[in-house]
Order: sequence, then structure tokens, then C-alpha cells
Amino acid sequence: MKHLVILGAGTAGTMMANHLNHHLKKPEWEISIVDEREEHHYQPGYLFLPFDIYSPEDIVKHIEEFIPKGVNLVKGKIDKVLPKENKVKMTGGNELNYDLLIVATGAKIAPEEIEGMKGSEWQKSVFDFYTFEGSLALRNKLRDWEGGKLVVHITEMPIKCPVAPLEFAFLADSYFKHKHMRDKVEITYVTPLSGAFTKPKATEALEHLLQEKHINIESDFAIEHVDNEAKEIVDYGGRAIPFDILVTVPTNKGDEVMARSGMGDDLNYVPTHKATLQSKEYTNVFVLGDASNIPASKAGSVAHFEAEILTENILRFVKGEPLKEEFDGHANCFIETGNGKALLIDFNYTHEPVEGTFPFAGVGPLRLLKESRMNHLGKLAFRWIYWNVLLKGTHIPFVSATMSESGKKYN
Amino acid sequence: MERTIAGKSIAVNEEGYLTDFKQWDKSIADVLASEAEISLTPRHWEILGYLQNEYRNEVPLSIRKIGKSGVVDIKEFYQLFPKAPLKTATKIAGIPKPASCI
Repeated sequence: MKHLVILGAGTAGTMMANHLNHHLKKPEWEISIVDEREEHHYQPGYLFLPFDIYSPEDIVKHIEEFIPKGVNLVKGKIDKVLPKENKVKMTGGNELNYDLLIVATGAKIAPEEIEGMKGSEWQKSVFDFYTFEGSLALRNKLRDWEGGKLVVHITEMPIKCPVAPLEFAFLADSYFKHKHMRDKVEITYVTPLSGAFTKPKATEALEHLLQEKHINIESDFAIEHVDNEAKEIVDYGGRAIPFDILVTVPTNKGDEVMARSGMGDDLNYVPTHKATLQSKEYTNVFVLGDASNIPASKAGSVAHFEAEILTENILRFVKGEPLKEEFDGHANCFIETGNGKALLIDFNYTHEPVEGTFPFAGVGPLRLLKESRMNHLGKLAFRWIYWNVLLKGTHIPFVSATMSESGKKYN
Repeated sequence: MERTIAGKSIAVNEEGYLTDFKQWDKSIADVLASEAEISLTPRHWEILGYLQNEYRNEVPLSIRKIGKSGVVDIKEFYQLFPKAPLKTATKIAGIPKPASCI
């Protein structure tokens, strides 16, 4: 019997378990998935929790619920991977041998990377919303905050869901308007990039929205430290931005286990071939989701598209056939813009987000790079799709794994 | 598009970055530096040389990597190329603007 081991039962790993369970069957194959956590979190929900749009029950479920029967769920902490010996060592001494390994250990925040970030003001006036605890603490703070300077900040790229901090700023604008206190809150968006986003056309549209919502933008800001006493963030050039509440996206890093295993780069991301999703170093190791270093967005939609292509490639690898270089970096993201509206962007390695219709060329019903209520409904519907369709590895109708260029306005 | 720098016709993109590194020479760096209000010292040249080397070796550049390179720390990098050092320094070095991961 051959063994396939998946590290991580988050979005990416769970989808792979569901895909492969249909193809690699007993008695020839045994599939195991390893995770130390009890809960599976709908991470996009962390954005809504601080504004009381979602409650904790909406975003937390048990990990087991989504692992198919026939796949072994191994609960425990991974000590390290020994890729030359095709082995995973668990804390406590157990070992898992594998013929094929899928790394889906994700990315997490590392606030300790910046001096003073996890200091005396952490979760008092300095918050993250990339963890459940952070997001919940922020909700409690915002509930009875009386106003002041709200600074929304990105430490460094890459981060998971690069549009989330912008959405946070938009939703904050909307939240304080509804509480009739928008005039008491000054919102500033601080980014290490030279504009609101990494791609020119989307940046233009998003900066226009920031302006419309009276959100200040401070760009090219590379943070050096958080001053907990003066309550300001300071960059390497000496520029200081004061805050009453700092909502920061700390440095994101791949899991420590990749560093312990000698498989990660300087941010613990695993060097991965961007079109096949095969590890650059070990042919029987594949990587998907946030754990890889490919230049695609770190987002659930990307993991979903990767999973469809990786499933095919794994089956090819098993049969000894050449891998297909098919993954194009396809990402598809809703951007909440507040007041019940949202934007939608669809892009890949080579094509930036532009205006148009989605998924049906010329029809929609969703509009690309334009605010609409329909897009917002799409985003809310996505939570149901996530739990009931996406994690199960079911193909989403009309949305292909590689990006479609039709219905889009390229010059 | 083309523009004339130091008396030579040079291919650049909309943001003014050279699109053909082979066209770069020190006189071009001097002009681009003075446009950024920087006068180049031996220390600047050292860092420009390092960046060009990384580019030739196809190493993706980031502020973090440069800070850990041992060539220059981030603080000094900011002093030498104020405001947005990586963007300014790569432009003067004649290499592409580092793609930010998205």
C-alpha cells in the first residue's frame, strides 16, 4: 500500500483530501491528513467579526466535519519533515512514511518581527484581525470606542488576502457612519506599497473609493517600530503616524515546521514551481495554498483553483506521466466596500484586474472592478459556498481553474 | 518608450525604469540619481552594485532581504535613498522595479 500524507487540514489541505479521496483508493493508497487543531475557521469571516456582521458561530466548525470518510485524520503536532527519508516526524516520536507529500501548512502572522508591535498595547490599542482572538478583541474594543485616530496598516508583503486591509478600512467607514460617529473618527490607510494595491488599474479604482470615503492614504511606509508610549508607528525614514487604535496586518510567515525541516525560504515559504505546484527540491512533494512561495495571492480562491490543477498533476505523477504546467495564478476576490456593496476582481500571473462582467461575458451578473450590491450578495453567499461546496472539492459551476479573458476590458 | 539620458537614447517604461539593463552605465546612474535629489557616494555605488548582482542572479529583491544581506541595514538604506529606497535604488541601478507580491 502506498501512502499520501497531507500536512494541514485548513482550506487547501481539506480540499485536497476531498479531491484525492475520489481518485486514490484503498487498498492501493492510504491518505492521511495531519493537523493539531480541533477547529476549522472560515478565515474570510475574521474581517466581519470586528463589525458585528458575523458572530463567532458563523466562522468556527469542527475540523472532522470536512474530512471525508476513508481519509485518516492524524491529530497532533508535526515535529519536522525529513524529505530525504520521505518521513514526517510527529512530536512525541510517531513517524509517518509517505510516497507522496502535500504541504498545506498555510501562513500566519508574526507580530514579533517588528519591535514593539506585540508590546504593552497589544490587544489594548494595537490589534490584528488575522486571528480569531485578535478579531474578537477588536470587536470588543470597537463596540464602545468613542472615536479618534484609526490607523489601518500593512507591515510588509506578501500577506494573506492582500485586499483585506482595504476592506477593513471601507467597512470601518461604513460601521462608524451607521453608529452616527463617522465625524469623530479619522481613518488612515498605511501601506508599504506605493499605492492602494499592487496592480495599476485596481489601484486607481480603489484609491478613488478611499478618497470618496475620506480615508487618508500613507504609502511607501516601511515600519521600523511601534512606539507604545507615544502611540505611533515609525518608519525607517523617521516618518511617524499617530494612532488611537492601530489595526495592523503583521508580517505573514509560513509555518515554523517548514523552517525546522529546512524546506522554507527566509519567510518559511516552500520554493514551489509556479505552474505545476511541485516542490523545486523534492519531486514527490507538492505544495498548495499559502504555504508556497509562488507569486499568486495567498487566498482561498487561489487554493481552490490550485487544488483542481494539483489533483490532475498528482494523478499524472502517480502514473509516471509528465506534469501539466497549467496553474496561471488565477485569483478571484470580492472586495467589500461598505454600505452593502462590493467589488469583484479576477486576475492571474499575467493579467491584472480590469473592468468587465463575471462569470458570463457581457452578462454578469457580477461586475468586475465596479461597486455593486450584487457583488456584496456574492461575498455573503460565499460563506455558504465555502462550507458546503468549496471544502468538499466540488467544482464551482462556470468558474474555471484557469482565468478566462472573455468579458474583460483589456486595452 | 525612449528618453535621452546623459546624451544617449535609452529605453524606459512609463515609470522611468530602464527596460534594457545593457544600456545602463554610470553616467546614466548619475543623471537618475540627481533627478531623485541624491548625489552618489562610494557607499551608494556599493549598494547599486549589490542590487545589480542580485538582479543578474535572478534573486527577487525585497526590503527584508536587503536588510538581512549584510551589505546594508534598512536604516542606512533609507538614509542613502530616502523615502522609497528600493524603488529609487533599483531605478538608478537600471534594473526593474521589484514586483511586490500580491
